[in-house]
Amino acid sequence: MKKIFYVLLFSTISIFSAKSDIVVSNWDGYSAPDIMETFQAATGVKGEMSFHATNEEIMGKVTASKGEGYDVLFVSSPFAEALNEMGLLADIDHSKIPNIENFYPEAMNLDFDPGNKFQVPYAWGTTGLCYRSDLVSKAPDSWDDLLSPDDSLKGKITMLSTDRWLLSAGLLSLGYSVNETNESKLNEAKAKLIAAKKDLLAYDDTTFYSKLVSGEAVMTHAWDGWCNYAIWENPDVKYVIPKEGSDLWIDTMVIMKSSSNIDEAHAFINYILDADVAAWTINNILYKVPNEKAMTATAEIADSFPNMGMSVSELSSYETLKDVGSAAKLYAKTVSDILSD
Amino acid sequence: MNTIKNNILILPGVAWITIFLFIPCLVIISYSFFERGVYGGIEYNFNFDNYNRVIEFTYFKILVNSAKIAFLSALIAIVIGYPAAYFIHLSPKKYQLILLFLVMLPFWSNYLIRTYAWMVLLNNQGIINNTLLWIGLIDEPVKILYTQSAVIIGLVYNYLPFVVLSIFSSISKMDHNLIEASKDLGGNSVNTFFKITLPLTLPGVAAGFVFVFVLSIGNFITPDLLGGGKFLMIGNLIYDQYLSARDWPFGSSLSFVLISIMLLLLFVQAVLIRKNS
Amino acid sequence: MKFRYKFYLILVFSFLYIPICILIFLSFNKSGMPTSWGGFSTDWYVKLFENKKIFYAFLNTLIVASISTILSAIIGTLLAMGMELKKTNNFIEGIAFVPMIIPDIVMAISLLSFFTLIQMTLGLHSIILSHVVFNIAFVCAVVRTRFKYFDHRVIEASYDLGAKKITTFYKITLPIIFPGVIAGSLLAFTLSVDEFIIAFFTSGAGSSSTTLPMLIYSMIRFGVTPEINALSTLIILFSFMIVLLSQRLNKESIIS
Repeated sequence: MKKIFYVLLFSTISIFSAKSDIVVSNWDGYSAPDIMETFQAATGVKGEMSFHATNEEIMGKVTASKGEGYDVLFVSSPFAEALNEMGLLADIDHSKIPNIENFYPEAMNLDFDPGNKFQVPYAWGTTGLCYRSDLVSKAPDSWDDLLSPDDSLKGKITMLSTDRWLLSAGLLSLGYSVNETNESKLNEAKAKLIAAKKDLLAYDDTTFYSKLVSGEAVMTHAWDGWCNYAIWENPDVKYVIPKEGSDLWIDTMVIMKSSSNIDEAHAFINYILDADVAAWTINNILYKVPNEKAMTATAEIADSFPNMGMSVSELSSYETLKDVGSAAKLYAKTVSDILSD
Repeated sequence: MNTIKNNILILPGVAWITIFLFIPCLVIISYSFFERGVYGGIEYNFNFDNYNRVIEFTYFKILVNSAKIAFLSALIAIVIGYPAAYFIHLSPKKYQLILLFLVMLPFWSNYLIRTYAWMVLLNNQGIINNTLLWIGLIDEPVKILYTQSAVIIGLVYNYLPFVVLSIFSSISKMDHNLIEASKDLGGNSVNTFFKITLPLTLPGVAAGFVFVFVLSIGNFITPDLLGGGKFLMIGNLIYDQYLSARDWPFGSSLSFVLISIMLLLLFVQAVLIRKNS
Repeated sequence: MKFRYKFYLILVFSFLYIPICILIFLSFNKSGMPTSWGGFSTDWYVKLFENKKIFYAFLNTLIVASISTILSAIIGTLLAMGMELKKTNNFIEGIAFVPMIIPDIVMAISLLSFFTLIQMTLGLHSIILSHVVFNIAFVCAVVRTRFKYFDHRVIEASYDLGAKKITTFYKITLPIIFPGVIAGSLLAFTLSVDEFIIAFFTSGAGSSSTTLPMLIYSMIRFGVTPEINALSTLIILFSFMIVLLSQRLNKESIIS
């Protein structure tokens, strides 16, 4: 009986363990469901897609295992920076990713990695206010509309709780940098954010757009791509970048130094940079990509989703989040103070 | 029972836990004496800084709050679960296993999905509020979701089956002749319960309470989703240190303090039980 | 059984099953979003069957949960017996308790670091090894509750009457603790089926060692798809039918 069981077990395991050339980790739904099959059809490289729920989890895993088992990761920019500083990333060989010529020139010269030496951007966008234009008395235009809301909006506001974006709202409203490391300035932002907590419905990173659609929330702190999901369900939803500014968030692709298939990893990235493949992200995830060829080809999407048409010069005018180095402990404590108040 | 045979019995368990928990954790806990590197690695300079940080007010407050929520959840779970376990025990024997299965069954769906279902139930436009409004019991939606009560409801819900199972295990061991005897001697139901039944089933109750308390205090999904992220519990805090802040040393010191406090509680509980028996 | 007892049980089961009903309800909701009803539809069930990813993850979860439950039921019961039949010192008590109280993120990271250190390859087996750790503690704790008022004299009497140790175990000890073992195993299975953070950290990269909770959590950023509601409904219905079936078989064996 036991023997039969083990035979079944091992044969089942071996069915799914057919050797892949590369393993990629991404958020589920962030690339086409059949991307590995189409990639294999186009290049002959067999790849496997693994999933992570958050940047932090894949960072934790890769830090503990020194990157073992993974070839390509999709992570947001401050994490790519941190991975690079920890020496876990391979250099990007641009000769192996010719499709990068599809990029906007601005996307080749990003603040945190000029020349895209250790990562290649996948998608980018801004963070702002996503709100129901039919339920607000006056269209919001400042971070203070979120942090010190009108009485009618109290209890109907959500904010992002992911540390960097939570703090950015406070920092930007005071005119400070999103990478501010000065303790007294951070404390100013902290005080403002603690005061704002009283009027919040909830902190919500993942379901706020459905709250907007149902009317439970009227104004939310949101990433532009997410706002598009709300807009798609309810055209009264609008997105605005407050006058004090936003941050330019970038989700990137990196190659692990521990990978034994560097060439195949590059082939995967090159495939993603193909204009048609990039167009999938635009049309299905409603996110902007730094791929000029793909963006121009799908330009009409901005008719339904205005923030998709944001000019690249405007996008690049915003600060990118950078790893704050030794101020990380201060950031963590500040966030704990706010969330536990 | 002679010692050698006894040692063979406990050896697999102790060995497994030692190899796959103790040793790995010793390594991680040792990090608590070092410092976070600038980009998240470890800098090996021995110090007690992390422990000094743990006793800072912010973190102490979080620990106390978490303990309060966990305690309440455990208490409510026992109060709801004890009668349930007892009545299942009173049911005809052929139904008992099925009833126990039915208690566990909801928890073979996924934690996240169940929590989302509670969000649907509890939000301002959710099913509970809509029903109450429709009946006319209330004029305005009751704020349940994103309050501490919602977190407690979520925790009780998720750990109730553990309470039922552990109390049931203890109840079914009980000698019912003792209950008969008590009644014969003139004791009423209430007295019988508190003087005979409850003390005899205390191990199951204690185990259930500890399960809920311990699982609740380390939980981070429920406070996050049902509490709207507004009630940072120690589980969230430790999770954040390891993953968001990438400050393993500090996360380790927090964990070490948490585990020590729990072990202390266990020790106190063991002493109390020994005194009572 | 008195009516008020039945009534209380009905209340408790309603509490346990209301969210499940919501789940089932939503799995037939065309719009998929919990906030609006888009009409009755079995689309999500169709999509579920077309989704190989979910199917393999589900299979992996079953494998991990089953094996870790069996292993921990055996080891945990032995541990409980050892601890109860002879007074143990506080150190062993602590060891049996720690896996329950340790935050799962700590266990996850320390296990991954440990596995990396000893250069063990990761896969479903590493998840199983990790799940057994905390399951041993839970099984042990539940089985021990059966022992508290265990009359040791019964065992001694059995030896006095000439029974061998093994016979005593099978005929005396095991039947007495059996409900505890079953309860503990149920607990262990449930814990393993729903556990995701340790599984995520100790799994190999790739879909061959992705478990269902890991998959569901990874959907959190772009929306948990309603196929999961359909899957949860099916799991519940399927398990329910197995329970009913075993009840039917039980009845027949009593009659025959």
